[in-house]
Formats: sequence, structure tokens, C-alpha cells
Amino acid sequence: MAKISMIVNGNQVSGNVDPRTLLVQFLRENLRLTGTHVGCDTSQCGACVVHLDGKAVKSCTTLAVMADGHAVTTIEGLAADGAPLHPMQEAFREHHGLQCGFCTPGMIMTAVDLVHRKGHDLSDHLIREELEGNLCRCTGYQNIVQSIAAGAKAMANSDLA
Amino acid sequence: MYEFKYHRPATVRQAANLLIKNEDAKLIAGGHTLVPVMKQRLAAPPHIIDLSHVEGLDGIEIKGRSLVIGATATHATVANSPVVGEALPALAELAALIGDPAVRHKGTIGGSLANNDPTADYPAAVLALGATIVTNKRKLKPEEFFQGLFTTALEADEIITKVLFPVAKKAAYVKFRNQASRYALVGVFVAKRPSDVRVTVTGAGSEGVFRVTAFEEALKKRFSPKALEGLTVPADGLNSDLHGSAEYRAHLIGVLARRAVEAANNRA
Repeated sequence: MAKISMIVNGNQVSGNVDPRTLLVQFLRENLRLTGTHVGCDTSQCGACVVHLDGKAVKSCTTLAVMADGHAVTTIEGLAADGAPLHPMQEAFREHHGLQCGFCTPGMIMTAVDLVHRKGHDLSDHLIREELEGNLCRCTGYQNIVQSIAAGAKAMANSDLA
Repeated sequence: MYEFKYHRPATVRQAANLLIKNEDAKLIAGGHTLVPVMKQRLAAPPHIIDLSHVEGLDGIEIKGRSLVIGATATHATVANSPVVGEALPALAELAALIGDPAVRHKGTIGGSLANNDPTADYPAAVLALGATIVTNKRKLKPEEFFQGLFTTALEADEIITKVLFPVAKKAAYVKFRNQASRYALVGVFVAKRPSDVRVTVTGAGSEGVFRVTAFEEALKKRFSPKALEGLTVPADGLNSDLHGSAEYRAHLIGVLARRAVEAANNRA
């Protein structure tokens, strides 16, 4: 077993894990943060995307021991409980960027990372290219792209990064 | 995934000692090849040695006429590095085509080379540019380093520390991606070097990356897509699978090589 500790959504957490525990397992099973999903489990679908030290990563392909000492943000960490949604979450709601919702946490975490890297004015073409690692089986992507473009703009006027 | 013991060395020397002490140990950096194959139980190393806490392995700098990239530099770091963009824009573009944004945040150049996947992108650049792979023990030329499918010259206690890329006059990489995996169905790297031209192909060869000398000779006489007109690569020995036949891949090599030459010329 390996003792690990990290900051998850601003809170210091620790655990005693088998080294083969994936970051997504640690988040879901130890911390009960079930907003991060396991879709394909093969690094392709992006349902498991979280931020590790502020960068989007696939938590199904990251060992929990490798996140030891680092900072993780999950979908639950974007906005406080009961507080208004993060602008990217609000944009997905407003523009109907989801149907079943399974891919949505990963989509939103990827979208927020995209805004951090590429700014608030994103072309549809760029958004579609950047979504290559996130699969959605329902929407056909049109509303997801619209949501991200709107969410990116809204993030410019928000305190929530 | 099978059980393993996890080690976290602070230096390359410690990592090398751990490799010597623990038989069948595997190094991990970004983990974006190793973790998936361990999950599939295609690999079951009893020991995992994590390089991500070894300082100074991820730097990027120009030294003399070479671009030096540290082994644990991620694909995102290489893709976005102003130093790489200035010295070898073809290499930055290649890194930007690997996987997807989240994969690029974790995957590393050293990991890609040590794995020598026949559909990986970096081997094409390393062989075309005549890069030197530096380990904790020696320096290797690509001709010695790449030894066929998932096989390299790396010894059991050998660790890639950096890669030296001689700066080419003109270079470009064009990739035809598998839409699902985003690995190269075929990728062609063209480099016009001071003394010669090199054309390398990844994704197509059943033994991994290879050079197309017929294309190289034609391009040495005239570095233009026109020089490649009428030239073809035989389909013998190329990969054939559900994504594309050997004949299809052979055809793509010609198409992508012409596009790469055009891209290299347009950049200058």
C-alpha cells in the first residue's frame, strides 16, 4: 500500500492505496466524487478528464500515486455546493449541451482547460479540433460546441476560473 | 492491472540502481502507453519506477546547432515551446498531432521513443533528422536505437535522458491519422539536411519506422513534390489491418511525402 495525499478541489485529502489504483478510482471510490466518469477506460473518450495542477488529464490513465503531492480539480470543484454554477456549466445548461449527460463532466473540464490555454474567443473549428479527445454519443456535438463558445465568453466576466 | 511495487527515485542514478536491483522493472513518466497496456494485462511489471520526480529531465534548449529536448518533456510542452517552434517547427507540429490535448499533457518524448510503437510519431522525426538519443550510459544514433517492433537498443538499466535534434534546413511532418486512436495510419517526415534529404515513414512498416531511399535520392536532386511524381513504395512488408491494406498504406506514403515536401518548402 502507498500513502498518498493531494489537494482535491481545494481540500487536503489523503489515503492509503494499492499502487495500481487509478486516479479516477481514488476520486470516485475513496473520495466519493462520482462526477468524474469512466467511459471507455482506454484514454479515448474523455469522460474521466480532470485537471491535474491545472491541466486537463485523463484520470483513467493516471495512477493515483503519481498525483501524490499535486492538486486535482474535478467537476465538483468548479463551483461550490449551492452557489451559482460555473459559467461553463451554466453555458452547457443554457445551450442544451448534453442529452444523457455521461460525457458532460469530461467535456466541461476539457472546455475549461481549453479556455485557460486559448482564451475566451474560440472559433467553432478550434473547439471541434480541441474536442478530439472527448466523445459524445448523443448530441452530435453541435450544442456542445455552442455551449463551449458561450461558456468561454462568459468566463471572461466571471470570478470563477 | 496486476499488482506492482511503486518506486519514486529523485535522480537518474537512483532510477538506474532500481532498474538493476529489480528484475523486469519498468520506468514510467507520463504513463500514457504503459498504464493502458498494464490495464489490458499485456504488461505486468512487478516494479514501476516513476521518473516524474527526477529533476532536470524535461528541459528544452538550443545547444550549438542542436535542439535538445529532455526525456520527460511532454508532447504539450514540445508543441507549445517557442524554442522548438523557432528551431524546428516541424517537430512542434508533430507533437501537436499526438493523441489529444489531455494525452499531450502527460505523454513524453522519452516514453514514446523507449516504447517504439510502430505507429508512434516521434520515431519518424528522430530517424529523419538524424537525432542522437542520449541515455545515462551512452549516445545512440537512430539506426542503432530502433530495432523493430516495440524493440530498442536500450539495455535493462538504461534510461533515456535527452534527445539531440540537429536543426534541419527544411522539414515537415504529415500524418494520416486513425480517426479513433489518433495514432498514425501513415506518417511521413521529410527533412532537408545540410548534406542530404531524409524521408521516413511511421505507421506503415511492420518493423517500425523506416527510410524511403528512392524518395530521398529524387529529392536530393530537386526538393520539390514534382521530384516524387511517378515514384511509389512497394506494398511488400507494410502493415495490413482493418484500418487499411498494405497497398493503401503504400499509396498514402507517396501522397503524404509529396505533401510534406510542399509543406517544408512553404515554410521557408
